[in-house]
Amino acid sequence: MLEAFIEFFRQLADDYPRWNFIFFHEPRQWARIVKGLQYTLVLSIACVIFSVIIGVVGAWLQSSPSKLVRHIVQGYIQFFRNTPPFVQLLFFYFALGQFTPSITGPDGWTEVPIISNVGWAIISLSFFAGAFNVEIFRSGIEAVPESTQEAAEALGFSRLQTYKEIVLPLAFRVSLPALNNNLVNLVKTTTQAIGIAVPELLYQSVSIWSDYPSAQYPTMLLLFISFIVIVGVLVLGMHRWEKAMHIPGYGA
Amino acid sequence: MPTDNWTDSQPIVSIKDVHKSFGDLEVLKGISFDVMKGEVVCIIGPSGSGKSTLIRCINALNDIQKGSIKVEGIEVHDKHLNKLELRKKVGMVFQQYNLFPHKTALENVMMAPIKVLKESPAEVEAKARDLIEKVRLQGKENSYPGELSGGQQQRVAIARSLAMNPDIMLFDEVTAALDPETVKEVLVTIKDLAEDGMTCMLVTHEMGFAKEIADHIYFTDRGVIVEHGPPATFFEQAKDERTKEFLSQIL
Repeated sequence: MLEAFIEFFRQLADDYPRWNFIFFHEPRQWARIVKGLQYTLVLSIACVIFSVIIGVVGAWLQSSPSKLVRHIVQGYIQFFRNTPPFVQLLFFYFALGQFTPSITGPDGWTEVPIISNVGWAIISLSFFAGAFNVEIFRSGIEAVPESTQEAAEALGFSRLQTYKEIVLPLAFRVSLPALNNNLVNLVKTTTQAIGIAVPELLYQSVSIWSDYPSAQYPTMLLLFISFIVIVGVLVLGMHRWEKAMHIPGYGA
Repeated sequence: MPTDNWTDSQPIVSIKDVHKSFGDLEVLKGISFDVMKGEVVCIIGPSGSGKSTLIRCINALNDIQKGSIKVEGIEVHDKHLNKLELRKKVGMVFQQYNLFPHKTALENVMMAPIKVLKESPAEVEAKARDLIEKVRLQGKENSYPGELSGGQQQRVAIARSLAMNPDIMLFDEVTAALDPETVKEVLVTIKDLAEDGMTCMLVTHEMGFAKEIADHIYFTDRGVIVEHGPPATFFEQAKDERTKEFLSQIL
């Protein structure tokens, strides 16, 4: 079965040289794609989680009584929302990366920075998407009536308890559609990690078609289909979540 | 908190010369009165007279600029006020019910004792089911607020407040947003409470109800108490022109 599959693509590449699906009939190229997919998934999942955490914490700090804290959050949002994510990525890796300490690698003589390029990609992209998430959650929080929070306050809830038990669960529901969009964008933006040589799917694809120009169209096709599937799974999951969180008799 | 020197024989709520402003607008201009334990007090008056503001100051939802409010000896007008201690003693019900829409009726009632008082969920649940029964909502435990009528939501809100075992209940125009046919079910619930000896302070436009339930009625207008007295004398023998005018419009 597998043999026939491999044979089919080998034959296809012979008959139509522009359609060389090299990763389907050469194990070494297949391994590159698998590795690329792994990195893309790791980047996507890590950035989604961290950016949501940044969004939740940032939105909470934005309602802080301290003016300084609110200004810091506002400054963070302005910086990360108004500059290109690709430039941020380069800045984090090449500028900030110089100042982070390094440790001696396992071979005993190379210096390995404590934050790798993958680490910087996760940090930079999480902060980028996190800035949007703060704004998304803030608009969700603003949709929670003041009077509902007041009722919690009158029952003795602290500010943090009110946020955690009342405001956030309600704000989350309101924010989900906008959050959905931002996370879809985030997953697609992970391809920019190619700029600091993170071996994710785009990096591997470019490597493949540089080595084998005949594989260019098939590899591009694979890139598109991979992202359609990854983003599709994300969107499906978000929709399921939205449905599960629906409150009978509340909102639309 | 200097509560140890407070006894039942002293006023449970003592309000002295309270002044409250929103910006330049002074809404309370020196209000003073006492409420004894077990008393039911109704505050009436035209819109914008400061009734709701006054009642909100009692559990520190609004701060005051001058004067003193003591609840069981706790000074509310104090920067170092322990709000949690105050709110354990004072329950509040709002005009718009303000239930937590993502929690069922039962969960609404259970939430504060579990999260704030850290009581065990099993005990809280038993107590919450009793309270739901007390406000006559058996069978609605698992309904969400959006599935309940206004009157039912308001009764859940009362049960939610009672779950914290308050000594005083504040009611801020709790029937003002209700359909006429559901007003009665809420008033009956409040009456039950008053008959059980709960200290109640109500801001209300339901004059018939105030007459029936109140031990004492305060009429406020433009930030001051114009006239007060037990319902019998208050409604029959109002002396002040403003009171007479208000009563003639509303009765």
